[in-house]
Amino acid sequence: MRSAPVRFGVVVFPGSNCDADSYHAVSTFPGASAQYLWHKDTDLKDVQAVILPGGFSYGDYLRCGAIARFSPIMQSVIDFAESGGLVMGICNGFQTLVEAGLLPGGLIRNTGLKFVCRYVNLRVETTDTPFTGACEKGELLRIVVKHNEGNYTVDADTLSSMKANDQIVLRYVDAAGEQAEGANPNGALDDIAGVCNEARNVFGMMPHPENSVEAGLAGGTDGRKLFQSIIDAVLRTAEVRS
Amino acid sequence: MSRRATLDAAIKLGLTADEYAHICEIQGGEPTYVELAIYSLMWSEHCSYKHSRPVLSRFPTSGPRILQGPGENAGIIDVGDGWAVAMKVESHNHPSAVEPFQGAATGVGGIVRDIFTMGARPCVSMDSLRFGELTEPRQRFLLDGVVGGIAHYGNCLGIPTIGGEIYFEPSYEGNCLVNAMSAGMIRSDGIVRAIASGVGNHVVLIGSKTGRDGIGGASVLASQEFDETLEEKRPSVQVGDPFTEKKLIEACLELIHRKLVVSMQDLGAAGLTSSSSEMSSKGFVGLDIHADRVPLREADMEPWEIMISESQERMLAIVTDEQIADVREVCERWDLDCTVIGAVTDSKMLRIWWHGERVANIPARRLADESPVIRTPSVKPDYIVDEPVAVDDTGYPPPKDLGAALTQLLAAPNIASKRWAWEQYDYIVQANTVQIPGSDAAVLRIKDTDRGIAFSNDCNGRHCYLDPYRGAKAAVAEAARNLACAGALPVAVTDCLNFGNPEKGEIYWQFEQAVEGIAEACEALDTPVVSGNVSFYNESFGQAIYPTPMIGMLGVYDDVSLHIDGAFKGEGDVIVLLGAEAAWMDGSEYQKIAYGKVEGRVPDVDLKLEVEMQHKLRAAIEARLLRSAHDCAEGGLAVALAECCIASGSTGGAQFEDPEAQRSGRDGRWLGADVDLGSAASVAGAAGRPDLALFGEAPTRVIVTVAPELLGPLDEVLGGLPQRVLGRVTGSNLRCTMEGKELFTVEVGELHSAYESLPQRLA
Repeated sequence: MRSAPVRFGVVVFPGSNCDADSYHAVSTFPGASAQYLWHKDTDLKDVQAVILPGGFSYGDYLRCGAIARFSPIMQSVIDFAESGGLVMGICNGFQTLVEAGLLPGGLIRNTGLKFVCRYVNLRVETTDTPFTGACEKGELLRIVVKHNEGNYTVDADTLSSMKANDQIVLRYVDAAGEQAEGANPNGALDDIAGVCNEARNVFGMMPHPENSVEAGLAGGTDGRKLFQSIIDAVLRTAEVRS
Repeated sequence: MSRRATLDAAIKLGLTADEYAHICEIQGGEPTYVELAIYSLMWSEHCSYKHSRPVLSRFPTSGPRILQGPGENAGIIDVGDGWAVAMKVESHNHPSAVEPFQGAATGVGGIVRDIFTMGARPCVSMDSLRFGELTEPRQRFLLDGVVGGIAHYGNCLGIPTIGGEIYFEPSYEGNCLVNAMSAGMIRSDGIVRAIASGVGNHVVLIGSKTGRDGIGGASVLASQEFDETLEEKRPSVQVGDPFTEKKLIEACLELIHRKLVVSMQDLGAAGLTSSSSEMSSKGFVGLDIHADRVPLREADMEPWEIMISESQERMLAIVTDEQIADVREVCERWDLDCTVIGAVTDSKMLRIWWHGERVANIPARRLADESPVIRTPSVKPDYIVDEPVAVDDTGYPPPKDLGAALTQLLAAPNIASKRWAWEQYDYIVQANTVQIPGSDAAVLRIKDTDRGIAFSNDCNGRHCYLDPYRGAKAAVAEAARNLACAGALPVAVTDCLNFGNPEKGEIYWQFEQAVEGIAEACEALDTPVVSGNVSFYNESFGQAIYPTPMIGMLGVYDDVSLHIDGAFKGEGDVIVLLGAEAAWMDGSEYQKIAYGKVEGRVPDVDLKLEVEMQHKLRAAIEARLLRSAHDCAEGGLAVALAECCIASGSTGGAQFEDPEAQRSGRDGRWLGADVDLGSAASVAGAAGRPDLALFGEAPTRVIVTVAPELLGPLDEVLGGLPQRVLGRVTGSNLRCTMEGKELFTVEVGELHSAYESLPQRLA
């Protein structure tokens, strides 16, 4: 029997601008459906995975994501995450997750001091997450970054515990798959592009997989595997429960 | 009774004695101060087009696809399946010259408002920029600020900026150009126009509060030349708030889609004054505006200040009484102010009220219709020559090393890659981008259809300086050619006509000539002008810019998967030159870079050949015979070939058939070419010189590649079009010969380094 579509919720903050792209990306998967979650609401509408999209929530005139983190919907997202729900933050969503304390570290201004929109090569460092389960370890994904504050940083102790816990999910590498000068678009510590929490159910990444889901567009299709991973993970959990 | 304004006050506001007399006649006596302020703005060059209107009537503006021509916030073109595109370009030159970051940012904000005001969702921005030479620190500051401002505003709005152009010439040193173009998607039955109607309906102001920022900003700055008071003008530049604009887009589109507004108009130059007078004059109705009800940032503002403030991110809507509650609900949800400030009346008068007192009472139609028209007697400037330069060995000694000449040209700021700029723009948001910047055209798909749209913008100011008629005509031809190279059918034009002071006969001559050139080319290419903007007074200390009639063009695809780009794709592909075999020194980048000269007479476009070439080029692309196509522009044939080689290893990657290339985008693994140019003697204008055959410029030339087995079918499609096989895609060097004799061989990696060298000049 075919399973019911996996329900994604895409949070909409004022100033979110990749909300529609995330919604659209989910809609390209026959096994998934998407709905918007308004920032002033607290109801997560029974979704099975939450996406915090990219953009400039509340204008980001303060530190990126610092206001979004206090919105009514975020309290529900935090509760959802703490009870094991899958939460993926993309770009501004990643910044918001860090501000909310759901992920370690911080995202500061790019070392180039400019907004950067560029194709990067990402190396999948671990497949032991609900967000990368459909990838292979060491696999390269070519996806676009676009941000001004994507320079990931974290204190040394936390970094070593993150490494020990296999929480570094994606790294910027060159076309050959090696960490190299020029491959990192923002100066991120240890070339980190995406991380997960210790419980592995919350994931943040700076690049935009939602713009890499359709053949024939400039973004290519490498982002599909991340969405597919989430769908697979939700379905696996549902099977275990049933 | 309101204070009456005298002739002295009128002159201070930039009006002439004749105009003041005309105002007194319309008003039946001396106007009030508020009335005079309104007239002075509405009759300024920026708002009234007084010098340009009679000339602009020369443009073709209609056609079967054109749903809305000039006269509205944007032109609208039917692109199929019930979809239409709203497009417009506007200058923000003067504000950007004063304060580059905010000037450019608010330029983007203003043009985007023009698009969503009509009900279209903005889907693309492009920016055409001109600066002085980068050797000047101030020019680097301006470039950095302008690009940063465009990125700041456009990225925050979530509208992809997919291209544009940047050129550097000394003539723009005191007066940079920032032409912001935007386009949006709209259902063809969902267009909203800025026409007030329905006596008793509410006039509603939505968005930001009104402050003293930008009082007389764009409208005043754009109607006079720059001099030493430049710095003092800084307070006239508005400050943009893209976050509020983003909320405005969402709220206004919801209002329009739910049919909660009768009409809508954005507040741009001259603020509430122009929006209210335009809405009332177009609707043949009156409007009562209670200036004291406008939410303010500063409590003590005078009514005239409120009426002319250019505070950004504000919209004016006409709303029925039944729907006002729903409108308030939508605005509240988006945390936007929504204030009823007046009503539609049957008086046909624009009446401004201040705490119950009437401070202005103006016949709306006469304010709009009777604005002055001025035709300056035109004078052909002395510098214009009728003949091309004589390329002799004393004035133009041939270079010893042609390979070095090529790398020098590739590194020239006008030719070098503008990656430094466009990597600061989000070019992929909205998930429609098919072709990223750095190519001949920006290409987008239309979701849920096979269709696509493409945009180009072009203008070679140096060519327009040497011959404004030929240069402007060539700009239209090139914009269309760039679309044709991507496989799109050009369908409409929006233009931004940047010129000096129109009160001078020489400038007016340039303007008239350029308009004629555009009109002829638009007629031949069947691309009506649907919207645009004229920017005069681009002078500093009496020195005018090069005439710069920037052409923005829309192209369409029935099937966007047909699109191609300029990058060489595969070893062994045959390289063919389509079109004219000509190459001229006059006005070329080579003339400027190698010889430090700008002189001669640029070639005239053969529009018949141009149309035939573009038609056949598109036919070949539609038959899927071509693997790449690229226009030959600045730097001539050699630079175009180099660009095709460089692009083969420096692009997004999605366009490659080979999965490995698709994955890596062939980063740094370039394809070279081996080409033979034949004989320089056979190239018109090349004076028998190999360097001119390589670097000379001429319109109507395109480089295409084709798989060897498809040469026969390609020949059939091209049938009779001038064409010549140049050589093959091969190896990793660009090697050029002439009748078998080697001219140069350069590694593509070296060409790439030169081409990507712009950041070094900015350090």
